[in-house]
Amino acid sequence: MLFELRDVSLIRAGRPVLDSVGVEMPAGATAIVGPSGAGKSTLLRLLNRLADPDGGTISYRGRPLSGYDPLALRREVSLVPQLPALLEGTVGSNLRYAADLAGEELDADRCLRLAGLDLEFAERDVAKLSVGEQQRAMLARSLAQRPAVLLLDEPTSALDHAARDAVEATLAELRRELEISIVLVSHDPEQARRLGDWVVRLKGGRAIEAGPVERVLA
Amino acid sequence: MSASIHVSIGQVAATLALVALAAAISLWRRADLEQDIAVAAIRSFVQLTAIGYAIELIFEADTIWLVFALLAVMVVFGALTARSRAKKTPGAFWPLLIALGVAGACTLGLVVALGVFDPTPRYLVPVGGMVIGNAMTASAVALNRLGDEVADSRARIEATLALGATAQEAAAPFVRRALRSGMIALVDSTKTTGLIFFPGTMVGMLLAGADPTDAVRLQLILLYALLGSVAIAGLVATALAYRNFFTPAQQLREPEDAAAGA
Repeated sequence: MLFELRDVSLIRAGRPVLDSVGVEMPAGATAIVGPSGAGKSTLLRLLNRLADPDGGTISYRGRPLSGYDPLALRREVSLVPQLPALLEGTVGSNLRYAADLAGEELDADRCLRLAGLDLEFAERDVAKLSVGEQQRAMLARSLAQRPAVLLLDEPTSALDHAARDAVEATLAELRRELEISIVLVSHDPEQARRLGDWVVRLKGGRAIEAGPVERVLA
Repeated sequence: MSASIHVSIGQVAATLALVALAAAISLWRRADLEQDIAVAAIRSFVQLTAIGYAIELIFEADTIWLVFALLAVMVVFGALTARSRAKKTPGAFWPLLIALGVAGACTLGLVVALGVFDPTPRYLVPVGGMVIGNAMTASAVALNRLGDEVADSRARIEATLALGATAQEAAAPFVRRALRSGMIALVDSTKTTGLIFFPGTMVGMLLAGADPTDAVRLQLILLYALLGSVAIAGLVATALAYRNFFTPAQQLREPEDAAAGA
C-alpha cells in the first residue's frame, strides 16, 4: 500500500478539520474528492509532512511517516500546491533549484516537455507567466526532482476548459512515461473519474468512502 | 576633546515655548497630538534627568561594573520596546535581547580594542547608549518586516518547503529583505549626513565649543560604529527569529500556533 491512514485527526483554530480518517491509497492514481471545506487539501499536506496530524498515524510504503526525514520525504513525495508559488527568477532557475535540492541532474527539456511547456519557457521570467503556465511550471519543477509520488492539489482549478484538458492529458502522459504514483485533490468527480484508479471521498473532515473508481463513482 | 559648558534650568524652561508652539499648532490644525506632546515633553524631562543623575553617579564611582549594569538595563528595555513593534514575529523577545547584547558587546569591544576610546564610563556610557538605541530601532524594523514578509508569502514558503528545502533555505529571501530594511535607514542617513542634516553628536560638540575638526571626527567614529552595530543587531535578530515561524520538522507554523508560542 502506498499510503495508509489510521484514525487521523487534525484540529485548526479549535475546529476539527480531519476527524478519524482511516483510508488506504494504493500505488497508481488516487483522487481525493469532496466539497469545499471537506479537508482534501489538508489531507494532502499531511502526506509529505508539510503538517503533522494531531492524532492517528500515516504510513508510506508500510513505514510511519514520522520515521522519515521530512526533507528526504518531500523530495520523494512531491506536492504541487493549488496556488502557483514559484521563486523569483526564470522557470529554468526554478527547475535548477529543485533539482539541486534533490541532488538530481537537471534535464530541463524533459521536465518542460512532460509538463506540456515549450522548451523556450526555461528562459521566461516567472513574473510574466499566466496562471496556467505557472501551474505547469510548478509541475515541471516538481518533476525536476524525479519524485516517486506526485501530490497534486486541484491542478486545474485556475484553468479554462482547453487548458484543463491539456493538463489532464499531460498527467495521463506522465503516468504512461514514468513509474510515478499520483494523489490528486479535486472538487470535480468527473475529473476524478478521468484521472483516478482509486477514489477517496471526504465530507466534513471524514472519509465516507474509498475504493476503486468504478465502484465509488459508479 | 571639548570644553565644558553650563546650561541652566532656566534655559531649558525657555525652550518649552517651542513645545507650547507645537501643542498650539496641533490644537489649531486638529492634529489631536496635544496630549502626546505634553506626555513626550514630561517623559523626556523625567527620563533624561534621571539618566543624567545615574550617569553622574556612574562617572563619580568610576567603576566598569556599573557601566555594564546600565548597559544591561538598556538592552532589556530596548528588547522589550522592539518586541512591541514586531508583533507579527512570534517569540521576538529573546532574539532581540541577544541581538542587542551581541551588537553592544561587539561594537564597544571593537572600538576599545582598536584604541578609539578608553574603557572608561565617560566614553562607554554615551557610546553604548547610542549603539544599543540604534541597534534596537534597526532590529525592530527588521523583525517587523520579517513578520509581514512571512505573513504575505506563506504560499511561496510552503511551496519551497514542499520541494525538500530547509526552513533556512525557504526563509532566506525574506530574511535577506528584512535585514536590508533594518539597515537601510542608517545607511541612507549616513550617506546624506552633513548635506541634509547635522548629526546630534556633532551639533552637541559644536554647541559645547569644541573644535569643528574634532566634532566631525568623533561624529564619523560614531557613524561608522553605528553602521557595524545595526548590521550585527539585524543579522542576529533575523537569524534567530525566523526559526520561530517553523517547527523542528521544517513545517511552517500556523499563524495561531506561532502566536501561541510567542
